[in-house]
Amino acid sequence: MEEATTPIEPSAAATEVGAAGTDAHAEAAAAHAPHGHHGPPTGFIRKYIFSIDHKVIGIQYLLLAIFAAFTGMFMSVLMRLNLTWPGHKWTILETIFPLGAPGGVMTPEFYLSLVTMHGTMMVFFVLTTAPQGGFGNYFLPIQVGAEDMAFPVLNMLSFWVTLVGLLVLISAIFVEGSTIVGNTDFVNNFLGGGGTGTLGPIGGWTGYPPLSALGKVAGPGQGAGATLWITSIAIFCIASLLGALNFITTLLNMRTRGMSLMRMPLTCWSWFTTAILALLAFPVLLAAGVLLLLDRHAGTSFFIPGGLVFNDVVQAHKGGSPILWQHLFWFFGHPEVYIAILPGMGATSHILSTFARKPVFGYRAMVFAMFAIGLLGFFVWGHHMFISGMDPRTSIAFSVLTLSIGVPSAIKTFNWLGTLWGAKIRFTVPMMFAIGFVSLFVAGGITGLVLGQTSLDLFIHDGYFVLAHFHLVMGVAAIFGMFAGVYFWFPKMFGRMMSERLGQLHFWPTFIGVYCIFVPMHIMGIVGMPRRYASFQEYDFLRPLDPLVLLVTIAAIVTAAAQFIFLFNFIWSIFKGKRASGNPWEATTLEWVTPTTPPPHDNFGGHLPTVYRGPYEFAVPDAPEDYVMQTTPDAGEGNVAAAGAGQGSGQGVQGSSGNGHNGQH
Amino acid sequence: MVTTVSTKPAGGVSTGTKNVHIGGTGRRATGGNGSRGGGQPPNGGGGDGGRERAFRDAAPQQYRIGMWLALSAILMMFAALSSAYVFRSTRTQQGWQAFSVPSMLWVSTALILASSATVEVARRALRRGASEVYRRWLVLSLALGFGFLVAQLLAWRGLVGQGIYLATNPHSSFFYLLTGLHALHLFGGIVGLCYLMLRGRRDATASGAAGKQLARVDAVGLYWHFMDGLWVYLFALLFLWR
Repeated sequence: MEEATTPIEPSAAATEVGAAGTDAHAEAAAAHAPHGHHGPPTGFIRKYIFSIDHKVIGIQYLLLAIFAAFTGMFMSVLMRLNLTWPGHKWTILETIFPLGAPGGVMTPEFYLSLVTMHGTMMVFFVLTTAPQGGFGNYFLPIQVGAEDMAFPVLNMLSFWVTLVGLLVLISAIFVEGSTIVGNTDFVNNFLGGGGTGTLGPIGGWTGYPPLSALGKVAGPGQGAGATLWITSIAIFCIASLLGALNFITTLLNMRTRGMSLMRMPLTCWSWFTTAILALLAFPVLLAAGVLLLLDRHAGTSFFIPGGLVFNDVVQAHKGGSPILWQHLFWFFGHPEVYIAILPGMGATSHILSTFARKPVFGYRAMVFAMFAIGLLGFFVWGHHMFISGMDPRTSIAFSVLTLSIGVPSAIKTFNWLGTLWGAKIRFTVPMMFAIGFVSLFVAGGITGLVLGQTSLDLFIHDGYFVLAHFHLVMGVAAIFGMFAGVYFWFPKMFGRMMSERLGQLHFWPTFIGVYCIFVPMHIMGIVGMPRRYASFQEYDFLRPLDPLVLLVTIAAIVTAAAQFIFLFNFIWSIFKGKRASGNPWEATTLEWVTPTTPPPHDNFGGHLPTVYRGPYEFAVPDAPEDYVMQTTPDAGEGNVAAAGAGQGSGQGVQGSSGNGHNGQH
Repeated sequence: MVTTVSTKPAGGVSTGTKNVHIGGTGRRATGGNGSRGGGQPPNGGGGDGGRERAFRDAAPQQYRIGMWLALSAILMMFAALSSAYVFRSTRTQQGWQAFSVPSMLWVSTALILASSATVEVARRALRRGASEVYRRWLVLSLALGFGFLVAQLLAWRGLVGQGIYLATNPHSSFFYLLTGLHALHLFGGIVGLCYLMLRGRRDATASGAAGKQLARVDAVGLYWHFMDGLWVYLFALLFLWR
């Protein structure tokens, strides 16, 4: 089968196709060095640290997100512990957080700072970073048949700026009243002063003013910590903008021969839509952040109303509007929800089709639904503000638009079900997580129809019902999309399979666990349990909920523990997993035709593939296999392929080699 | 970044400068060469290497696309700030005291309008292939750009002289914020012009870099015109809507 390889690169293709999945990136890169158009970098730092290779950057993003996810998860477990056993003395906490938990007892301010940091960490550095920055970076160029991103240096920059954002966010935890950096000249003069005895800002991830705008006087965590928090978000905005610009340009300008827009995998469509949303939404948050920083440090009054008295001191600000922040923030905030979930939708469509061995049901409708969701997402921010004193006529408009998002969402859901209908499903771990995504998306999305109605929202707002809704649909569903992506693409990224058995062991406790966490929360919300309270001891009417609170906490701990199975599986499989073939899942898209696994530095060994068909041609009648690669020419187009020198046929070889190596099913 | 392969003949200079073709990529692909965006020269060289080369030549287009995208992001930021301005000036007028137009701003407006014209002259000169003329007008644009920044600074100093500071009242807050952010972005444009100057020497000697150079000049020119238009808009917003 090697005889068909391209004349220009006999050595690389011949050796690497056969030994698909030889260990290291390094090896593959070295094999291609003499042929590369822009030679792969040599030296550890250029190759793995300050790399401009989109694949390395994608993995860097992914690792950053995994770190942030585990940190955020740790914080959520602490919150559950405090909610369930308020006032309990956790001796170990005193050693970790001497200020936040003096004597091992968590203070309410500590709880609030956990809420803030958990939210910020998860929304920005996990939900926005991993699906787009991680998988999008790694697979968008490969799936459209490009050698790299359009602006590789910008790509590297966007990762490093993101990392700086994360570090600044983490520093917000330590700057407040800490013995290490607390109340130094720098903190007092430039950041607005340290607080006492807390840990990080306490304003929540939405940072509503005036609490977030007044500085130290507003609360123990609101001095330097809040300054660093808003700075971190501003930095993150810039990183996201750089990334989004790169994604869109790459997709528009670098698709390979034959890769028309309607032949792109749905993953690419989802990254494209997400990038557009990010490009238009993050500048608004950046603007809001600048205004907030000016309010905090330059004495302006954009968000701060007049006549505020804090600690018996009349504040000098006057005439600002806290509602203005809410408008700006949620104009970003609602598209942000779709920034988090759309890549999960793309990955789910991709994976469902692959393991159902059927084309995606209604490909075109899926694309349009995705764009409809993205577009409508810009006109519904008001539903976060129904209780802000909004004109009822305005809220009706927002309400109708919000409910109308149900239509494209339902189109997507029914198309997923249509894809699964009558299929001989291969229940691999990525497939289970993708099905889990559909389940969670429906379970979480359906309550969106409840919350989108003004009259119902007025009652439920700021309670556990909202908490349960957005955690299910934007948090956990998106995370399931990421897990599906990790299990699905791991063989391509690292050349090895993740353990199926450990994957199952990870899936079931996680899937059942998240339902045990978030379904009871809906009930708590309807009973009237408010968000962001450190403890409910004082409220007699909530006492009957104690067993549910305990159940949720136990479920949370079990679910959190199950994530370590994933972490172990991930790390162990990088080094010890079963070697993967070039196309272990018998999938059809371009990432599975790379000459080596993991792909070489320029993805296709110097020869971009030619695409002849759509992305999901499974179960094609009269085809030799039950799937046809995108690079396989039609019988009638054979002469075209022949004219294309080694191009098409070389890729065809790769496709069939994938069959031979299939050890998965 | 692909920098090596382009060996396109000089005819490519004129073909590479069409407008950005963002929407135009939806054509049906045929499996042949034609699936790329607009402005591509027909692919003359048969065989594998020729096809690869045709693809690399699409690279200049990315500067224009990237610039349009960056401008849309900048536009969104200023749109957000404008809506905040309008919201603040109509809904909660507490403390709103608008000041009259500092006369220095007329000077800066004239300077930036002139600079936009000179950038355009430079761009067209390069397209004609008159690279010496191009350099001269680029230098002039750069001078006008700095002149604009100085005029803005003088306008600020004039206001400070009258006791109008950032935190004095909402109108002054927005004035300093919007003009400051605009000046920051314009400084980015100046960096872009400097980059073109430095790059110009290398592009003049490197063979086949002409298409890329044109694309870069187009991108920076686009940015500069946008900053010009943005300034006129901000000027009108700040002093007609008060």
